[in-house]
Amino acid sequence: MVLGAMFFYFILTENLLLFILTCVSATRGGIELADLAFSKESSEFKKGLQAGISIGIGYFPIALTFGLLAKTSGLSLSETVLMSLIVFAGASQYISLSLIAYGTGIFEIILTTFIVNIRHFLMSTSLNEKVEEDHLINKLIYSFGITDETFSVVATKEGPAATGFLFGVISVSYSSWVVFSGLGHLIGANLPQTLQESMGVALYAMFIGLLVPSMKKSVKVVFLAVLGAIFNSIFTIGDLMAQGWAIVTATILSAVIIESVEVIKRNRSVRNES
Amino acid sequence: MKAEIVWMILGMGLVTYIPRMMPFVLFKGKELPPFIQGVLKNVPYATLGALIFPAIIFIQKEDIWYGVIGAVAAFIAAILGANVIVVVIGSIAVLSIYSYLM
Repeated sequence: MVLGAMFFYFILTENLLLFILTCVSATRGGIELADLAFSKESSEFKKGLQAGISIGIGYFPIALTFGLLAKTSGLSLSETVLMSLIVFAGASQYISLSLIAYGTGIFEIILTTFIVNIRHFLMSTSLNEKVEEDHLINKLIYSFGITDETFSVVATKEGPAATGFLFGVISVSYSSWVVFSGLGHLIGANLPQTLQESMGVALYAMFIGLLVPSMKKSVKVVFLAVLGAIFNSIFTIGDLMAQGWAIVTATILSAVIIESVEVIKRNRSVRNES
Repeated sequence: MKAEIVWMILGMGLVTYIPRMMPFVLFKGKELPPFIQGVLKNVPYATLGALIFPAIIFIQKEDIWYGVIGAVAAFIAAILGANVIVVVIGSIAVLSIYSYLM
């Protein structure tokens, strides 16, 4: 127990420090840090930290609530933090809590987690085309931090994504998730209700903020997003499949249909020219 | 810590990590057929559409307008060219005002 508490204390202070440092350096433009950064890799890291701030903000209310719910579900502080440290996947962590409360067996909880998180396979496959060439070991490390949110930030970035950039985005997100899960359990209370509710929009607003600039540049992006949204709405509102599968299926359908239409159009124009 | 819970967490961590990591082991990148590469380039935008809708509409289950207003606020801010953080903080602010007025 003492070990657990020490472990948590270490994590809390280390990550909190990093998080605060990050926030401060990002809001002030981080000129001081830039002076220290002599290699390209560390400036990419700093760009990643800045790009990850929205995720850090967005995870705050969700992680806090997770910590609180974990406490009411009977998890100890160290168990709660351990889960956020090792799993780092919001939706499935929430689901596991309701399954624990329901008395579901371990095997079913793990199987459910797998199904909910299988969509990351698609995200990693897509990111794999965008990241810079690097040692497999680095890729194995940062792939741990691929969530809906970190994926969205990295994938919508212009140009190829440097390893440092990925580590930056993930550091902020991971710290926020772990620290605030623990804090939610510790203080055992939510934010004031109106703030809690309005902060619930944060991650969706971030997705919109990432998507719209690309939509303005390309009609194809508009079609992709609208089609993905329509399919997912049909699947989830119509209760046709579980949420994890709905997003994967909607994404693949939309991406394949739009790509096929583009290929057909391209072939036709080639034929007209000849 | 209860051993049972720790095993559960380790299991959850493993099955979450495997789908995240496998593509980097399986594919070197840029070697897939052009059509598949095109589809993979489309994935982020299709995913974003699916991540936003319908979930944003239901952030407050009792009041659909809450999500609608949040979505409209975020879209307007983003179309006007606001930075992502401004979009996030702006929509939080708009919804705070809305729930204060309600």
